[in-house]
Amino acid sequence: MADFQIKDTVDITDVVCPVTFVKAKVALEELEEGEILSIHMADGEPVQNVPRSIKEEGHQILKLLDNSDGTYDLIVRKVGE
Amino acid sequence: MAFTNEQLERYSRHIILNEIGVKGQKKLLEGSVLIIGAGGLGSPAALYLAAAGVGHIGIADADVVDLSNLQRQVIHTTADLDKPKVESARETMEAINPDVKVTTYHDFIASDNIMDIIKDYDFILDGTDNFPAKFLINDACVMAKKPFCHAGILRFGGQLMTYVPEEGVPCYRCVFKNPPPKDAVPTCKQAGVIGAMAGIIGCLQAMEAIKYLTGAGELLTGTLLTYDGLTNEFRRVKLPRDVHCAVCGEEPTITELIDYEQAECNGITSDDYK
Ligand SMILES: [Zn+2]
Repeated sequence: MADFQIKDTVDITDVVCPVTFVKAKVALEELEEGEILSIHMADGEPVQNVPRSIKEEGHQILKLLDNSDGTYDLIVRKVGE
Repeated sequence: MAFTNEQLERYSRHIILNEIGVKGQKKLLEGSVLIIGAGGLGSPAALYLAAAGVGHIGIADADVVDLSNLQRQVIHTTADLDKPKVESARETMEAINPDVKVTTYHDFIASDNIMDIIKDYDFILDGTDNFPAKFLINDACVMAKKPFCHAGILRFGGQLMTYVPEEGVPCYRCVFKNPPPKDAVPTCKQAGVIGAMAGIIGCLQAMEAIKYLTGAGELLTGTLLTYDGLTNEFRRVKLPRDVHCAVCGEEPTITELIDYEQAECNGITSDDYK
């Protein structure tokens, strides 16, 4: 985690698809280009789909950290706007 | 304005769209649309704009719900018979989406009230069924510099066109000049209309309002879109602004609003112009 200057974090463990991605997208829209968002998500469907959708939006996936408790933190650098 | 999880879920299919996104959805929630006529065109437009989360929707209509309306005016139900259409429409819109504030005008739109009503709205939909109202709405919007979407339906045909107060954009009067003589067009009881036509054209009007509010895509300005339900033909007719137009031209002769005389049973939009 120390490698990144995380600007904001968003917890998407309290919502289901497609709001998982929507909530992450909303948090990314609030950031400036180049700033980094940490997205806290549950294992399973979110881990399979959210990183892919965020990549398709053009953002840069830096790391997926396994918290070893059934959750992950996806570290994303905002690209564009 | 921050979205609640409920709002993120409600509007998720909009927010996912890059053309709308968070910013576009906020524009919808902060936007306002006035729908004149809670009938065939106004019903689907009101339903979709309420569902889309347009924050303030005004709806104007002097009539009550009649049994013969229900074949196409889908915002009203059989239980709403004899209720003012604007009340019935308000109840349905509020039931669909509590984010929407609805303002009702249970009144005929005329030269003495239209300016005061349209001033509060970002975009206006003409969902009326008669020429006097269509020309009145056009002239008022041109004078007040308000964008609006004209539409008309008859039998298996429909048409729409959007006006914005910008250089080179024709108004309804640039194209249609004057209302036809009272007896030149069939009255609403003498000419039928297929209910789904109201749905198609009313939804296209809702689409124009959504594009205007969000800035997505292109509006039907300077373009009359016509649809023939029997042949499945959509046509886009490019129309120029008329510099001699009586209301938006360089030397306008219409400087005050006109209440044209209405046919006994309201004349309806004719597609005879096509
Ligand atoms: Zn004109």
